[in-house]
Amino acid sequence: MAALIDLQGVVREYEIGGERVQALNHVSFTIEHGEYVAIMGPSGSGKSTTMNMIGCLDVPTSGEYRLDGIDVSSLNDNELAALRNKKIGFVFQQFNLLSRTTALQNVELPMMYAGIARKERRERAEAALMRVGLATRMHNRPNELSGGQQQRVAIARALVNNPALLLADEPTGALDSHTTEEILDLFEELHEQGHTIVIVTHEPEVGHRAKRIIRFVDGQVASDSNVGASILAREGSS
Amino acid sequence: MTIRDTLHVAMRSIAANKMRSFLTMLGIIIGVASVIGLSALGEATTLSITQEVESLGTNLLTIDSGSASVGGIGFGPGSQPTLTYSDAQAIQADDPDLSGVSPMVQSNGQIAYGPNNDSVTIQATSADYASMKDLTLSEGAFFTQEEVTQGANVAVLGSDIAQILFAGQTVNPIGATVDIRGLPFTVVGVLTAQNTTGFQNPNDYVNIPVTTAMNEMTGSNYVSSIIVSAQTPAVMNQAEQEITSTLRFTHHLTGTEASDFQIFNQATTLSTLSSSTQTLTDMLSGVAAISLLVGGIGIMNIMLVSVTERTREIGIRKAVGAKKSTVLLQFLIESVALSVTGALIGLILGGGGSEVAGAITHSGNLVTAGPVLLSIGFALLVGIVFGVYPARKAANLNTIEALRYE
Repeated sequence: MAALIDLQGVVREYEIGGERVQALNHVSFTIEHGEYVAIMGPSGSGKSTTMNMIGCLDVPTSGEYRLDGIDVSSLNDNELAALRNKKIGFVFQQFNLLSRTTALQNVELPMMYAGIARKERRERAEAALMRVGLATRMHNRPNELSGGQQQRVAIARALVNNPALLLADEPTGALDSHTTEEILDLFEELHEQGHTIVIVTHEPEVGHRAKRIIRFVDGQVASDSNVGASILAREGSS
Repeated sequence: MTIRDTLHVAMRSIAANKMRSFLTMLGIIIGVASVIGLSALGEATTLSITQEVESLGTNLLTIDSGSASVGGIGFGPGSQPTLTYSDAQAIQADDPDLSGVSPMVQSNGQIAYGPNNDSVTIQATSADYASMKDLTLSEGAFFTQEEVTQGANVAVLGSDIAQILFAGQTVNPIGATVDIRGLPFTVVGVLTAQNTTGFQNPNDYVNIPVTTAMNEMTGSNYVSSIIVSAQTPAVMNQAEQEITSTLRFTHHLTGTEASDFQIFNQATTLSTLSSSTQTLTDMLSGVAAISLLVGGIGIMNIMLVSVTERTREIGIRKAVGAKKSTVLLQFLIESVALSVTGALIGLILGGGGSEVAGAITHSGNLVTAGPVLLSIGFALLVGIVFGVYPARKAANLNTIEALRYE
């Protein structure tokens, strides 16, 4: 089985005020199915650009990115949208829920774009919300939920299309320490169920809950190391 | 994503901002209501004018004397008497396409019977006049051609006059002798009441033979005008030509000399009137269409604000898999739904207004399919045209930037 994420010599350049800025400078790494990886680094290190790249929100200027064997750099906008819909579940720092719709409708959203019928959508969304422990808050709107509950809705939304990858960008950045623990426990649980999880974070205590940490400095991978006893888990799944 | 889902999403976001959605629609509502209302108004005006002109008779031609000109100032048709009783006889004798000819002398005077009297319009005509104008009598008969030839002192009274003169009297009007401008006239008929059109009240007229009026009242051979009726409306123009050549002959006009009479064709008048009311209707519709256009710009304005305001929502939708075309369609449906809903509300208001106006003026509701389809179609077009730009803007937003938008 091919690696889930395979970056080879990825370069991403931006033009800011007529000047070329290199956000990623020949980045290469692979992530296997079932891994739990944290991408860390200070602001401006390229970790956000890497996240956009892995999440198919952006394409490399040069180099190659394969997601589950698919060459992402050759895809157009609509194909990228379809790929995100099918392969990736996003969890954001600011939750990014639609404020005027209920938790259930928020979770239904990716399935709506996947063209799944109304009835099945409803059933699967309910199941996903139950899985993250929100069985009683399905018909509440985001502003009626606590931060932790909103992030659970976002996780349910990320999982509902059975994506290959759960991609979280600072998922605990807007949460207090107690809620952070709860959310990280949930990630761990999902990891144990076999989900591939990539978390982008600058908080060491969050990063250390992962099994592997990739550190970025100045647009390049500075270190790539396993945390504790995760080597066995990683090899076992690949 | 199915069209039904897209519709659902669009409707939900319209419903989420009810007041703003209503204000956005207001331009379209007013535009459509005014298109419907004003075109119904135009329709009603055209109908009433047409009916009025048609009630005067559509196959009638009126011949007036030429206009007098004193020191370069024209006094209008009939101010210079040129038509005579013998002109009328010549027309009757020469022109085969006519069914009736009536020379007319009109004057005013006092009519009296016993203690009752009234001031009336005395209309002197030929015997043909009754059939040409479709006059019906409630009592007696119209005077005959023989009585006209003789210049008999006979009179046919309008219904109002008969009522005034014979009020409180048991005597039968027919055969009674009334006094008109000091002359005794025998009443031979009373007309049935007619509809009043415009400023004239035909029920207030007294009809006498034209010869009697010329001999005993005006003392001249001239007549005010000659009314002729063509056998069918189709031969109107032909009849007009025949009359022209007859009159030019009797008036000794040759070559390029200008005619000293004028012929008015009811059909021409009718078409002139209806084309001018049509112009009015078109103009009103044009004004209403401009307000629809303004309404459309209002929609575009609000949609642009809405796209900016919902940048983050658009980012989220795109991140979880919405394609450009889906986002485009969602916003396009929103603007079309706004404009079409506005059009439907405007339709109800405009139609209701016309219904009320029609009930008040007794002209009935004159809302026609044309303006209804036109304004709904136009509203749809406005929704699409003014929705495309904001929708494209939404669809082309950069997903990463949209997600970070505060």
